[in-house]
Amino acid sequence: MKVLVAVKRVIDYNVKIRVKADNTGVETANVKMSMNPFDEIAVEEAIRMKEKGAATEIIAFSAGPAQCQETIRTALAMGADRGVLVQTDAELQPLAVAKLLKAVVDKEQPGLVIVGKQAIDDDSNQTGQMLAALLGWSQGTFANKLNIADGSIEVKREVDGGLENVKLKMPAVITTDLRLNEPRYASLPNIMKAKKKPIETLAPDALGVDVAPRLKVLKVEEPPKRKAGIKVKTVAELVDKLKNEAGVI
Amino acid sequence: MAILVVAAHDNKAIRANVANAVAAATKLGSDVHVLVAGKDCGEAAKAAAALQGVTKVLQAEDAAYAAWLAEDVAPLVVKLAPNYSHIVMAADSVGKNLAPRVSALLDVAQVSEAIQIVSADTFVRPIYAGNAMATVQTADKVKVVTIRPTNFKAVGGGGSAPIEQIGGEGSKGLSSYVGAELSKSERPELTSAKIVVSGGRGMGSGDNFKILEALADKLGAGLGASRAAVDAGYVPNDYQVGQTGKVVAPDLYIAVGISGAIQHLAGMKDSKTIVAINKDEEAPIFQVADYGIVGDLFQIVPELTAAVDKK
Repeated sequence: MKVLVAVKRVIDYNVKIRVKADNTGVETANVKMSMNPFDEIAVEEAIRMKEKGAATEIIAFSAGPAQCQETIRTALAMGADRGVLVQTDAELQPLAVAKLLKAVVDKEQPGLVIVGKQAIDDDSNQTGQMLAALLGWSQGTFANKLNIADGSIEVKREVDGGLENVKLKMPAVITTDLRLNEPRYASLPNIMKAKKKPIETLAPDALGVDVAPRLKVLKVEEPPKRKAGIKVKTVAELVDKLKNEAGVI
Repeated sequence: MAILVVAAHDNKAIRANVANAVAAATKLGSDVHVLVAGKDCGEAAKAAAALQGVTKVLQAEDAAYAAWLAEDVAPLVVKLAPNYSHIVMAADSVGKNLAPRVSALLDVAQVSEAIQIVSADTFVRPIYAGNAMATVQTADKVKVVTIRPTNFKAVGGGGSAPIEQIGGEGSKGLSSYVGAELSKSERPELTSAKIVVSGGRGMGSGDNFKILEALADKLGAGLGASRAAVDAGYVPNDYQVGQTGKVVAPDLYIAVGISGAIQHLAGMKDSKTIVAINKDEEAPIFQVADYGIVGDLFQIVPELTAAVDKK
C-alpha cells in the first residue's frame, strides 16, 4: 500500500511572528521556516507503517514556492521514499490545496493519505476533511492511534469529551493530533541519502486545478495586547484582590 | 435568506455552544434555522427550538446520524444548503470535523473559528495561534463559518420555534462508530465554566493534580491543563487548553505551574481575570496575568484552597 503524506512549509513554531506594518499579512522574509509540526507527526506515522510492513512506499507532497523542496527533503530524510511538489507562488488556501492533493491522489492511487490536523500558520483545520470530501473517502480526524486490519482502519480520535473510536473503510484520509506519535529526528546519513531521492515538480495548471484564493484577506492586525498585572506576595493578598478588586470569587 | 445552524448534540441534549452559534447566526440574519440530525433526537430538537432567535428547527431522524459521522451528516447539510446564505457551527471537535467536508462538497471556502462578524460576508479570525487577527471576506454563495463559542454570548432559552421533520439521507457506508472513552467528571465543562484551574508541567505528575482538583472543587471550577502536562501523560487529552486544544474565556483562569507558551496563551488569554502561580518569576505567563504569585505551587495551592470560600 502506498501512503501519501502532505507537508506544509510554515514559519518555525519557535519564531515570534510579526505583523507587517502595512497590515497585509505576517512578515515571512528572513524568518526561519520549518515543516508544520502536525505534518511531522503524519510523516512519522507513515514511516512506522512502512517499518511494520503495512505500507510499501511513502510519497511526500507539498504545494507552494520552490523552497517547499526543503520541506519535502526533510520528509525524505525522515524516511519518505519520494516527493511531489506542486510549485506555485500563488497564495494557496485549504480548498485549493485539497484539490491539488486530490489530483495527485488520482494519479498515485495511495491506500491512505495522512495530513496534519491543522497548520500552525493559518490554523484552518480544513485540508484533510476537504480532501476526504472531494475523494468521497472516509475521514479519521484528530487521530490519537491508528490500527490497520483487513481493508479497514480503526482510528482513535481526540474529541471534546475524551477519545472516540471509529472504523473507516479504506482508502481513507487521516489527520494527525499531537499524541499520535513522537516524530524522529533525521540522522545525518539519512539526510545525505535524502538528497538522492527523487522529487517530481508539477504545476497547478498541469493538474487542471484553479488555485485562485476564495477568501480575500482584507487586513491582518496585531491582537489587542493584554497588560501584565501585579505580583502579590501572599495568598491572603491574592484572595483579597480576587474578591474585592476583580470580584471573581 | 435564512441562516442554518448545525447543532452538535447527543440525541438527548444539544451542546451548550449551540446557543453561542445561534447568537452568531442572529448577527447574520433574522431567520435562523437549526438542524438537529440524529436518531431519536426529539429531546435535542426541543432544546434547540427553545433557544431565543431560532425561527425553525429541522429534525432529521436517521439511524445513520446516531453517532454523528461526518461522512453521513455532510450530504444532508449539503442537500439543505441551497436554501441558506450561511451555514454556522461552533468550532468544537464536531464542527471542525464536519464543516470542511460540507464546504468542499459545496465547492466553497470555509471561514474557520470566526471571533467577530464584521458583516454578512466579512469575519475576523485568529491566525498564528492568535498572534495575529485576519479580517477575511468571502464571495461564495453559501458561506460556511465555524465560530469560536467564547466570543459570542449565548442566547437564552424560553422560545418555542416550530419543529419540522425532514428525512435522512441514509448511510454512505464509509465509516462506523465503535465506541468512546469519555472522561467522567462532575466538574463544569471546561469551555463553559466560570472559573478554570489549569496545571502545567510544573505539577510534576498526574497524582499531583489532586491538589488542583481540591481547589477546583472548592471554587466550582473546571479543570484544564497545558499541552506539556497532557503530553507528559499527567491528564487526558480533553483537558488541553491552547491553540490546538480548547479555547476558554472564563471569568477567572488560574494557571498553576504553567510557563505560558504561545500556544497555551492562545487558548486562555481572553479570560477576564488571570492568576499565575509559578516558581519562575521570569515565566511568560506573568506577562498576561493580572495577579501573579511567585513560589512553590505545592505550598501555595493548598493554602489558596483553604483560604477561598466554598461555592
